Amino acid sequence: MRWTPRVVGQALALGVVAAALWWLGRNTQTNLEQRGLSLGFDFLRNPANFDIGDTSGIPFRPENSFARAILVGLVNTARVAAAGCALSIVFGFMLGILRLSSNVALRGVVRSAVELMRNTPLLLLLLLLAATLHGMPSPQNALQPLPGVFISDRGLALPLFDRPRLVGFNFVGGVVLSPEFAALLGALVMHHAAHISEIVRGAILGVSRTQTDAAIALGLSRAQTFRFVVIPQALRAMVPLLATACVSLTKNSSLAVAIGFPDVVSVLNTTANQTGHSVETMLIMIAVYLTLSLGVAALMNRYNARLLRAGG
Amino acid sequence: MTVSRAHGLLASLALAGIAACSSGAAGDVAGASAGAHRGQGGTLSAVRARGAVKCGITQGAGFATADDSGRWRGFDVDFCRALAVAIFGDTSKVQLVPFTQQQRFSGLQSGEVDLLVNGSSVTSSRALERNFHFGPVYFYDGQGFLTPKSSKVARAAQLDGATVCVQQGTTTELNLADFARKNGISFKPVVMEDLRGAVGALASGRCDAISQDGAGLATTRTMLRNPNEYVILPDRISKEPIAPVLRFGDDQWLEVVNWVFRAPVEAEEFGISRATVARAAQSSDPSVRRFLGLEPGVTDGFGLNARWTYNVIAAIGNYGEIFDRNLGPKTPLGMERGLNKLWSDGGLMYSPPFR
Repeated sequence: MRWTPRVVGQALALGVVAAALWWLGRNTQTNLEQRGLSLGFDFLRNPANFDIGDTSGIPFRPENSFARAILVGLVNTARVAAAGCALSIVFGFMLGILRLSSNVALRGVVRSAVELMRNTPLLLLLLLLAATLHGMPSPQNALQPLPGVFISDRGLALPLFDRPRLVGFNFVGGVVLSPEFAALLGALVMHHAAHISEIVRGAILGVSRTQTDAAIALGLSRAQTFRFVVIPQALRAMVPLLATACVSLTKNSSLAVAIGFPDVVSVLNTTANQTGHSVETMLIMIAVYLTLSLGVAALMNRYNARLLRAGG
Repeated sequence: MTVSRAHGLLASLALAGIAACSSGAAGDVAGASAGAHRGQGGTLSAVRARGAVKCGITQGAGFATADDSGRWRGFDVDFCRALAVAIFGDTSKVQLVPFTQQQRFSGLQSGEVDLLVNGSSVTSSRALERNFHFGPVYFYDGQGFLTPKSSKVARAAQLDGATVCVQQGTTTELNLADFARKNGISFKPVVMEDLRGAVGALASGRCDAISQDGAGLATTRTMLRNPNEYVILPDRISKEPIAPVLRFGDDQWLEVVNWVFRAPVEAEEFGISRATVARAAQSSDPSVRRFLGLEPGVTDGFGLNARWTYNVIAAIGNYGEIFDRNLGPKTPLGMERGLNKLWSDGGLMYSPPFR
């Protein structure tokens, strides 16, 4: 290798980064030692000694380990992220396409709705939804739109295997979607669907006008043009942005702590509190979000690669 | 800035602080190892150099709230001010740093404050595993439940299957789970980061009860629109001895805090109040004279003004006065002394002698 100025410069930069990392690492170690703290993940095997209100159906009891508690939190996060991502994309597409409608009134309504949802802080939306759902009738006066389906301030109770019934304070049996889950999902979907609708609209408008003209000249109907000419080309521009939107939805789901949904952050906070291992729980949190974000991004990238291949 | 973001930011700052600090806050810690052989960790000299005690508090009616003019008041705040009086002879030489229950320990650990006076309970794991020191217990409490009267629940064990709102960052979740296991019942916890969230959820009926320390329940009850429609159940499901929390490794600072927190209790035992302290200083009772710093060699260690006890009582008052002013029956909290009576009245408040 020749020692050109460029190589020397890059080597120097690498050296500086390595030195900074070494310095941070050493300081961490000395400071931890001075504070009498030691890093270790053994505590994950200890009994958690706290309960989780919403476990996505995973059996969990206070005598189970912290590791299992964190797993329950992780599944809760994943459940919100997966449902949120799918619903945001569906509604985002609908809103994005409706905004391109030739009907002025419809366009205006959709535009105002999107602007309102997009420019309202997510936390505000979340607190508003949570407060609204908490204002539902008490379990004793639950609404019953269909036999076996109950809507109350304890959430949405649906029959699954057996019918939910009110025992004492809460519904037992069936499956219950907590109001916190619903509020979190609703707020995330509203916020991100609005965002995605802009991505969809931009991508569709980005497809050259001549493509549409050519398709219509070839005798395709407007619907066919849209389905076979515009959308496939728009998708290519969209997918990387949709991936980003899904990643940010996943990260935003950590706002759950504000309304009391036991997502992975909430469970890790409790763990840190109970054990004092705050550095380790921070590291777990970083690892979790990095994995989730990279995972979502990888999935979307594979889909994108397939699209590109398919397009030749 | 959202709640969780702000918290996350603080946590990452604490992490970054641990990674990057080689001076500043960590200086206290560095000092700790240098002066360790004399047990002088340098917190007292850092406080003197700064000109103020940095006291970590947690906001709550009666314990630490800002009044209309922005001045902090409350039971915890009074004890912080007592420290400022003992060290500087001035109630204003204190910097009150509000923490959530969640941030408090990392705030103390990273050197952001000199101590916590914020309703933290003494527990073995905090001392043995997490390396915190505790000063004297200045408030005895226990975890209980607040429920709407309409739910017609008289005892906690009747709450089987109930949804219980708790605030994150305390041992509340653990006590709740323990109580349920012991009694063979179950709760559905809804864990809120913010107490106001829990109060809102109770008010709207989302939760059947709130569980927190007794003092907290009295505070929470005042936050509800119709406090009279809610009742604090008589059960206490845990022991919560509240004491100031300090970092390990500074015996000198620990002793200063120990004796400043004991002085108001000793004053009440002597029957000395704000109004009578000047007269008491004329007393010929040798134990009173020693307590008020009129005899050498009792209160004048560590370069403190020998009359600091006098100054503390004159400025803040005795334990009973502090309690009545902030928490007692004439305040919105309307708390009874209970376990916090003097030992001679059947309570647990007892000061080792000043001699």
